[in-house]
Amino acid sequence: MSLVSIDDLRVSFAGTQVVRGISLTIEPGECVAIVGESGSGKSVTARSLLGLAGPGSRVEASRFLLGGENALAFGERQWRRVRGRFAGLVLQDALVSLDPLRTVRAEIAESLRRPGPSAALAPAGSTRQRVLDLLTAVGVPEPETRLGHYPHQLSGGLRQRVLIASAIAADPPLIIADEPTTALDVTVQAQILRLLAERKAAGTALLLISHDLAVVASVADRILVMKDGLVVEQGSTARVLGEPTHPYTRRLLAAVPSAASRGHRLSDGTRVTAERPRSDEVVLSASGLSFSYGTRTVAQDIGFVLHRAETLGVVGESGSGKTTLARLALGLLKPTSGTVTLLGSPWSGVTEKSRRPLRPRIQVISQNPLDSFDPRYTVARLVSDHRRLPEERIEELLEYVGLDLSFAARRPRDLSGGQRQRVAIARALGYRPDVLICDEPVSALDVSVQAQVLDLLADLQAELGMAMVFISHDLGVVHHVSDRVLVMKDGRVVESGEADDIFFDPGHPYTRELLAAVPGPVVGVAAIGE
Amino acid sequence: MWAAATASWLALLVAPGDVTSILLGDGADTPEIRAAIAREWGLDQPQIVQYLSYLARLLQGDLGRSYTLQQGVGDLLAGQLGPTVELMLAATATGIVLALLLAVATAGRGRWLRGAVSGVQLAWVSVPPFLVGILLLFVFSFTLGWFPVSGARDTSALVLPALTLGLPIAGSLGQVLREGLERAQEQPFAVTARARGLTESALVVRHTLRHASLPAVTLAGMLTGSLLGGAIITESLYGRPGLGQLTLTAVTSQDLPVMMAIVILAAALYVLISTVLDLLYRIIDPRLRSA
Repeated sequence: MSLVSIDDLRVSFAGTQVVRGISLTIEPGECVAIVGESGSGKSVTARSLLGLAGPGSRVEASRFLLGGENALAFGERQWRRVRGRFAGLVLQDALVSLDPLRTVRAEIAESLRRPGPSAALAPAGSTRQRVLDLLTAVGVPEPETRLGHYPHQLSGGLRQRVLIASAIAADPPLIIADEPTTALDVTVQAQILRLLAERKAAGTALLLISHDLAVVASVADRILVMKDGLVVEQGSTARVLGEPTHPYTRRLLAAVPSAASRGHRLSDGTRVTAERPRSDEVVLSASGLSFSYGTRTVAQDIGFVLHRAETLGVVGESGSGKTTLARLALGLLKPTSGTVTLLGSPWSGVTEKSRRPLRPRIQVISQNPLDSFDPRYTVARLVSDHRRLPEERIEELLEYVGLDLSFAARRPRDLSGGQRQRVAIARALGYRPDVLICDEPVSALDVSVQAQVLDLLADLQAELGMAMVFISHDLGVVHHVSDRVLVMKDGRVVESGEADDIFFDPGHPYTRELLAAVPGPVVGVAAIGE
Repeated sequence: MWAAATASWLALLVAPGDVTSILLGDGADTPEIRAAIAREWGLDQPQIVQYLSYLARLLQGDLGRSYTLQQGVGDLLAGQLGPTVELMLAATATGIVLALLLAVATAGRGRWLRGAVSGVQLAWVSVPPFLVGILLLFVFSFTLGWFPVSGARDTSALVLPALTLGLPIAGSLGQVLREGLERAQEQPFAVTARARGLTESALVVRHTLRHASLPAVTLAGMLTGSLLGGAIITESLYGRPGLGQLTLTAVTSQDLPVMMAIVILAAALYVLISTVLDLLYRIIDPRLRSA
């Protein structure tokens, strides 16, 4: 008997269908992945398996069997029996998916008890051993000491393990994991994927939801590709990734930046023809840069040079000092020692007044441009950035980033993530910068939007000759865009050199570790690229 | 505390009225008697000396003597503190319980119910307490005769004053709690908790109420600061003994030491409450403990 057997599932909110008739079966012990971009309906599909599609949702199906029972007839009581005991849910980012005010032990033990408010008063002693066993099972070292810890006291990887422990506590035959590794560093992501694979080996079925084809490739038996509430393609993992038949699947695969995609446009796979005007002129350089907060050193002895029209990639995991490097380069932090030079003038250790004339020459775009926008401003006002720019100039800037003048009157909240990043880029371009610092500029974007923004940056660089410092945790992205690369760890540059040398022939053990952790190679990319 | 003491001292310095005249009362008014009184109360000393000796006495816990009641201010306050503290505690408890009940009952519910309760709460906050008091008196004492009109003989006499003083608290605190609950219910951890099979009430008890109580605690701190002022009005309305009556007589008879002592008491109350709230924050939110 199938664990899950659903036909023609439709979920709508206030009359708008976001899931428009999909069928899904999950056999015991099987891993099924749903892949799609934001708004594809993948998360709603997953949550409707728990009766948690969301407030105001309307769920219909011609068949909806969970463990052989007809879930269409379920009331709230029956749904509560499903939750936790039939299927455990793992969401992304355990810092917010675990209650930040409760201990590890309380959160895991909650899954063990009978539902109801009175259970809060049940004796906790009996559950202690079970919680310890669960923590051991998900690979949390020293589980005894972790019992009383709160989520913020744990590292990202440990938090995610605790979240998984709470999902498997009642021993459900199915785990639903919705973007379980999205907020994690690549090496931690690899560990969590291994952990999920172990659960599967132990006989638990998995429904894996992700925007990232590479993540599901290593664990999933079957893949469903969703777009606009429909499954556009499904089949075995090898078949979907190896011989994709639907144009959307192919486009998704081609949009993944990697070594193979270098020199190609990501959004359509064509070869980049425009030659970039590279030169030996140094626009930005740093030597011996160190920075510490009190006694904590977050950057140590960092040095680099950036030539005109060149892209310098910076990779590293969270806490490696990437963003500190960006702030030092922008002159927003005063280095404890070392110097920064911008366009031949001293940039560090001088007064802000003497820096000001050069400020327009170096601009920044960040991961979430919405945070840097005044929500009441129009796009035109954001792009002019407190200067009086003539309308023609605004139109020109918007044109650079592929937006037409009709966007000028819109406000940030009416824009998609990709459009917001385009506006941020247009604002930076308004200063005709020589250097553009990009701090995780595409990390919050869907893969196809990411492809468009990366293509846009490449086009602009070829046309305007800016130099870029491109910071990312995503090795594929950095390899795709960079001429040269710095690999950072614990505030130090552990390796630097030409991108291909670093990625194909890493010299430092840490670089090798990072590269090994990148989830399974997505097959088929090279074939589509040409 | 020191700032409050100094500020009240300075305020009274510039206030109109001559202290000696007040002390003189209705007795004979001759320059000799005036000089004797000024000497006895230290009023012939320079201002700075008066100020310093006032502070020195304050540090020893001596609040001075009442001008009109001819009694130690400390004893006066101690005698009247009981009923007022009783009223404030009862009002706070009423406010918190009502706020909790209404917030939990209406969070995330239909628009109609939410709107209606929200409107009632707004009325509680915006209608002045003396009006609420008079209305309550009219309905429950004069018409229904459930509660006594005035006095503080037993607990039944505490019900209406506590309601009068507690309703505004319930109003604003309830709104903040409800918003906090609704915000917390949309957080990812609430989805995780529901996915463990929790009932909505268990979700509130174990998860979201704690989150909602964080902003509510901040507000509660601000509200209790104004509680003493409210207590004074409420007490005089219901004819209850307590600091309210004392303050009222002190103000009308320009009894400066009593007025200053009450200001200092209010400051002390405020300091005490903020200390308690800071501790409460740390208990509720573990993230503040490590920082």
